[in-house]
This record gives sequence, structure tokens and C-alpha cells, in this order.
Amino acid sequence: MTIAEEKLESPEQGRGGVGAYLAANLREYGLLFALIAIMAFFQIVTDGTLLRPINVTNLLLQNSYIVIMALGMLIVIVAGHIDLSVGSVMGFVGALAAVMVVNLGYSIGVTMIASIAVGALIGGAQGYWIAYWKIPSFIVTLAGMLVFRGLSLWLLAGQSVGPFPREFQIIATGFVPDLLPGGAALAELIDVRNLNVLALCTGIVAAVWVVWSGLKQRNRNKSYGIEDEPRAFFVARIAVISLTLVFILYKLSTFRGLPNVLITMGVLTVIYAFLTERTVLGRRIYALGGNEKAAKLSGIKTERLTFLAFVNMGILAAIAGLVFAARLNTATPKAGFALELDVIAAVFIGGASMSGGVGKIVGAVVGAFLMGVLNNGMSIMGIGIDYQQMIKGLVLLAAVIFDVYNKQKG
Amino acid sequence: MQDTLLEMRSITKTFPGVKALDEVSLKVRTGEIHAICGENGAGKSTLMKVLSGVYPAGTYEGEIHYDGGLAQFRDIADSERSGIIIIHQELALVPLLSIAENLFLGNENAGRGIIDWHETNQRAEGLLRKVGLSDAPTTLVDKLGVGKQQLVEIAKALAKDVRLLILDEPTAALSESDSQTLLDLMLELKAQGMTQIIISHKLNEIRRIADTVTVIRDGQSVSSFDTAGDGITEDRIVRDMVGRSMENRYPARTPKIGERIMKVSDWSVHHPEHANRRVIHGVDFDVRAGEVVGIAGLMGAGRTELAMSIFGRSWGQGISGQVEMRGKPVDVSTVTRAIDNGLAYVTEDRKSLGLILDDTIQRNITLANLGEVSNGVVLNEHAETAVAEKYRTDLAIRTPGVFQKVGNLSGGNQQKVVLSKWLFAGPEVLILDEPTRGIDVGAKYEIYGLINDLAAAGKGVVMISSEMPELLGMCDRIYVMNEGAFVGEMPVAEASQERIMSLIVNH
Repeated sequence: MTIAEEKLESPEQGRGGVGAYLAANLREYGLLFALIAIMAFFQIVTDGTLLRPINVTNLLLQNSYIVIMALGMLIVIVAGHIDLSVGSVMGFVGALAAVMVVNLGYSIGVTMIASIAVGALIGGAQGYWIAYWKIPSFIVTLAGMLVFRGLSLWLLAGQSVGPFPREFQIIATGFVPDLLPGGAALAELIDVRNLNVLALCTGIVAAVWVVWSGLKQRNRNKSYGIEDEPRAFFVARIAVISLTLVFILYKLSTFRGLPNVLITMGVLTVIYAFLTERTVLGRRIYALGGNEKAAKLSGIKTERLTFLAFVNMGILAAIAGLVFAARLNTATPKAGFALELDVIAAVFIGGASMSGGVGKIVGAVVGAFLMGVLNNGMSIMGIGIDYQQMIKGLVLLAAVIFDVYNKQKG
Repeated sequence: MQDTLLEMRSITKTFPGVKALDEVSLKVRTGEIHAICGENGAGKSTLMKVLSGVYPAGTYEGEIHYDGGLAQFRDIADSERSGIIIIHQELALVPLLSIAENLFLGNENAGRGIIDWHETNQRAEGLLRKVGLSDAPTTLVDKLGVGKQQLVEIAKALAKDVRLLILDEPTAALSESDSQTLLDLMLELKAQGMTQIIISHKLNEIRRIADTVTVIRDGQSVSSFDTAGDGITEDRIVRDMVGRSMENRYPARTPKIGERIMKVSDWSVHHPEHANRRVIHGVDFDVRAGEVVGIAGLMGAGRTELAMSIFGRSWGQGISGQVEMRGKPVDVSTVTRAIDNGLAYVTEDRKSLGLILDDTIQRNITLANLGEVSNGVVLNEHAETAVAEKYRTDLAIRTPGVFQKVGNLSGGNQQKVVLSKWLFAGPEVLILDEPTRGIDVGAKYEIYGLINDLAAAGKGVVMISSEMPELLGMCDRIYVMNEGAFVGEMPVAEASQERIMSLIVNH
């Protein structure tokens, strides 16, 4: 059968046009639109404070550790599990790093390697019970949450430990120096105080990459006759994403340039997006979450995969712990408290399914920023923490209801 | 009492873009057993959903006359109040509650919200006796086999003053003997005056118990006739169902049997939860190239357990014995190793063990052999699509495209996806466990054709089936299994249903 004939047979295609397409793909667009709408809303009600360069920078720094952990959490949730311990693990690793650097005087390199190794070990210890003993992840990580919360308290002896040496703080609060020339001239040209050419170029390169990969995917889909996104939507979607990237990076470039954390976050996001969507390992994780028994009977080592998902989560929680401690410049026993809930919320807002097998890295990252913008915007407006919590809770509920409704309708 | 209990007149039900039912009519007389047959997707289930109020009055066109009046059911509870009760294919029992609790679920013997356990258990016992079960009402449902669970479902219906009992493929998951018990019970209920509708693929059952048959094809009622007297043949039903005559239900094949590919010797397996209970007792068998070998037996004979224990120790513990491929002992201790050594196992339960229903056809087909469509790490999606398209064409999987979700396909097409997955894994021996279960007649024929193609390509095929005619029609050699041991082996020329059955019962 040729592709042309096949198109005629398929009732979904070519019928209803734009409206039907939008209805069928509301989820993906919905998330993007929601983020843009929320940003626009706060931009207006805060009189433009939200998108000031300094606040954009802050927004990225504030949410970096959530985003980093959301990457691991997405994989855990796609694999059909959950990890409630990440907040505690993050706090514990931060505490460990503080004790090693501040109290014991270890070098920063050694401390970072040790912290990440400890994260992997913690993830492995929890993953072992979940994967090989089939203890529900909810229970194991609930236990882990208590244990590592206690361990942080013990390690810090109930005190805050800090401050860190300058070189350690750079992990979270440093900026990449402008390696490209012409900043001063450009800044004068468009009449801003300073301009970081590297940041701006990064934004442009990222935007070009979005356009290029979008076109590539669209052509591929077309060649299989499965492209159903109307051209106008495609253009609008790609334009919005790439312009947003350029816009954000432009804002950053007029402040202090690229935060180190943004690089960490960006690189990790790209790596994990690639891993989940394009590799054998990623495919197997989705299969595991989609139907564990079928995956196992297809020769997939489901136990080992589950184990690795938790090891990975531990490593990312450790990285987040380092970033968090460096940003606060001190390790406190309270660090990371209840943060696991923000991370899990981000993943579900991003479209992952509680039953496993469904979810995307990009969704989780957008979900995390959606929560971040909400937090940040409401704080600027001076809304109390009481209302903030309620609103965040309702947003999570609404996002998941929306998912379920969409699924039932489809 | 009316002569006609139920009459559905010109029922038309449309879903967006699809006419699921087109002027379907059905007339059921009081006290008869009425069989409805049709291929999967013909509209049988939709018709029953219209009848039971799942699709409430007003969402369809046409009229339902029940018990002498026009019926307009708003929901299931409404139709149940009128005594119409459906027992679905997927049993709706709560496994960790007792039989009695299940029988009166939603219908408890309670005063002011407090359950009278004495009355509950007593009434339950009476109902169980009626359906021929001797288990205690306090037994947990998950301790019962599927056959008994089916009887509990019927008892549950009886608890609700049923007047029209509808059974949707009640024997699909039952063994031969359990099916017989169930059919006997239906005849007994009929003798007591109960009107019943049975939806079934199994022609021999229909001939045995049905008074009237209505055949539905592509959303239209094709024919309706009495089974009494005028000697309806199974061929007539088959012809009406598929819209063409099917002289031969099993495609012909000239066997070209080569050398021995696989040999299993002294294979023993213990129960996964009870280490002392041996379930498979020293089984020996072999498969040759181009040969289709059948394993006959009743449900619970240990056939699936045998297959799964060989395939990467996926069932049981304390496994001993040896597997040889082409004369060399091989390691099949994990699924990966079993696949690498040329084995494939197509599971009996394709929805929960064979497929990832939420995933696309393409992703399901490549799952067991991702190495072939990647460089070991990164997937090559072009190659993947090419592979999926190839199998879609080769196996005639009917779908708009390989990016469709497998969950949306019909049973026959789902089975073809599972087969594609295993063909792509490139096995030498395929173990097919009930490969045609729950598949309609037309798709069965296609699956048989595929099995023959596999044999013709020099693969060894092991076919496990509870349908003896299917084994007799397809296999070159048949092993008979009973209670975990092989009790007989015969070339198909010497085999007959009677001989197989007598080996089982006399063992």
C-alpha cells in the first residue's frame, strides 16, 4: 500500500482541519501556552519586574536544582516508580559537601566527586530494594526521606555550616566570562549598560538548532505520511520557542551573561532528552514503565534498569545538592525540605503519567519552570506563602485533570 | 407470558466517523438460548452496550421492546432492575474478597448499612449450589480457577433476579472441561425457563446449546435462523460471519521436515511459591526444522509453565534439565540468553504479557531486538520504521500506519504485532502459546497461514493450544501433556481428538 492510499483510509487525517488538530494535541500546546500566558500575566501585574534581566537570572538560579532533579524524577516516574527521598538526599549531600570543605578542609574537586559518588550510592541502596526485592518505591523512598533527613541533622549537628570558599560558590552563582569580542560596541549600539556576546550567541545558536531540528523532524514525518501538524501551527510553535530562547538569553546577556548553572542545566537537559528519546536505553525505560511483564519477556533486564534509574536519580540529587548548597553558601539541616514534592509536581505538570511509560524530559523542564515562574511572580507581587501553596496545589491538580480528561476524550 | 422477551428493532449507533451498528435487529424468544456470532469488531459488544444502557436511550436510533413494552434504559443499573444482566468477558470479581462478598457486591444483605453475614453466607451457599459449585462461600475468589470464577459470576447474576442473562464469550478463557460444565449449566438454566444470550466464536458450542443464531457482520445483522431441524452447519455460520465461504479452515502445507533444531531433556520445574511442589516432571521433547509440533492438554496441564520456564526461566524455580540447540547445550537462563540462542515465546496473554498497549506498533515490533535498529546505543528511527513497515506488509496488519497505538487494534491484528516482534528477533524456534485465542475466524486463518510460512522457512514451531481441532489441523506431531508430564506423542496422522482425550483421562 502506498502512502497516498493510506492517507485516504485514515479517517483522522484531513478532517476537521486546524480545530480538530488543536483539540487532539491540546496537551503539548497547552503546557507551552500556559507557561507563556503565566509569564505574560506576571510581566503585566508586576510592571515588568518579572522579565528584568536580574530577575530572569534569578529565576534560572532559583529553579536550577528543581530542574536538575526533575530530569531524574522523570525517568523514575516513566519507569513506573516514584522517589520521595530526593529532597532529603539533596540536603544530605549539601551537608556532606559543607562538612568536607568547610570543616575538614578537603579540596573542592575531591568533595564534588565524593558527593556525586555518595549520591549514586544512596540511589543504588534504595534502588536495590525496589528493583530486586520488589519493595514498593513509595515505601523505600519514604524511608529514605526520613533516614537522610536524620543523617543531615546528625552530620551538621543541628547547625548551619558555611560559608563556602569562593571557588565553591561559583558552581551556583558564577557566570561564564564573555569569551567573544565586541560586547562594548554592541552594548553602545543598542544602548544598554553591558552586553555579553557569548550569551547572546548561545541564544541564537540554540534558536537555530530548534528551527533546524524541527524542520528535520517535520520532513521525516512527512516522508512517512504521518505529519498532521498544520503548517501555520508548526511555524508558530517553532517561532515562539526560538524567539523565547533568544529573548531569555538576550536578557541574560544584558545582565551578567551565562550563569554556570544554566550551562549545567542546559547540558544535562540535552543529554537526558537525547537519552530518553533516541537511545536503546531510553526506549527500554519507556517499555519497562509501559508494561513491565511484557518488557521482561522481550529480553529487557527490568530489574537492572529500575536499579539504574534510582542510581541516576541519586546522582542528579547530589548535583542538585551541590548547586543548592553553593547558592545558599551554607548547608542547613532544613535544606531540601519538601522539595521532592515540587520536583514530582513539575514532572506531572509536564505530562508524565502516574502509571508509567509516558512523559518527556522537555515537559518536565517546562513544568519545573512553570512552577518556578508562579513562585517567583507571586513572590514579587507579595502574595503570602499561604496563597502560594494553595495556588500551586490547584495548578498541579488542574494539569493532571486536564491530562486525564484528554485521555478519556481521546 | 410473552412469546418474545426482547426485540431490538433497527438499532443504529454511530460514533464520530464510524457507523458501528446499522439497522441491526434482534429477536429473542422467552426461554431460549440465543447465540450471537460475528467477527471481532462486527458490533456484537456495541449491540449489548445499547441493550444494557451503557449507551443510554437517545444516543442510538431504533427501538428496544422488552417484556412487552418499549424500554429506554438510562444506565446499567436501570437495565439490571429490569432483569437484564451481562457477564463480560473480563470477569468483574474482586479477587481478594470472598465468594459471598462478591455475590452480593452492591446488593448486600444489610439492614441500616450493617451486613448480616449469616444470611449472606447462607444465601450464597444456595446460589453456589444452583451453579454446581461446592466451595465454601468464604473462599477468596483469587483461590478459584477461571472456570469457577465464571460460575461465580453466573451465581452473582442469579442473586439479582435475572430474567435475561447475557454471556459475552464466556468460554474464551476456559479449558475444555470447564467449558462443558458451563454449557451444561446454561442448558440447566434454560430448562428452568431462563432466557439467555451467548456471544461466542466457538461454533461447536453454538451448535450444542443455541436454539437460535443471529450472525452480525460489519455492524449489520446478516442472518438469523433456528438451529433446530433444518440442519444448519458450522460452515453456514462461518460463511455468514466472514462473508465468504471457507472450505478449509486450516491452510494446506506440505511439510518439509529437516534436522533437529531444539531438544529439551529431563526438564523439571518447581512452583515459584512452593519450592517443594514439582510442577513439571522430567519432560523431554524435540523440534525439527520446518516442523510444527503441538502440545495438547487441558488448562492447568502445565503447558504455559513449561514454555515459560524454558524461555529464560520466566516461571518457576528449582529448574533442572537441558536445552540443546542444533546439538549443542545452550544457556537459556535469562530471556536475553534464550533470545540470543534462537528462541522466541509468543505469550498466551498478549495484552498483559505480550504488548505495550500504549505504545505504537513500530515500538512494539522492534522491542525484542533493538540492537538491530541501533548502533548499540543510539536508535536509528529510519531503520526502525522500515522494519515495522516491512512486517506490516508481510503480515497484513490492518492499520492506517505503524505509528498507531497497538491498544487500538483488533485482537487479530494485535496478535500479528506480537508475531512480528518475535519474527524480527530472528528465532530458530518459536513457541506459540494459544496463538489464536480470542481472535475471529478470518484472522485465525491468517495466523495459520503465517505459522505455515514459518515452517516453510525452516523454523521450528511449537504450538500450545487448547483447541484440539486446531492442533490436528496444523501440526505434524503432537505431544499430549497432563499434570505436568508428557503422557503421549503421536504423528498427526495417528492423532484424533478421542485418542488425545483418552490419553489425558486415562493417565
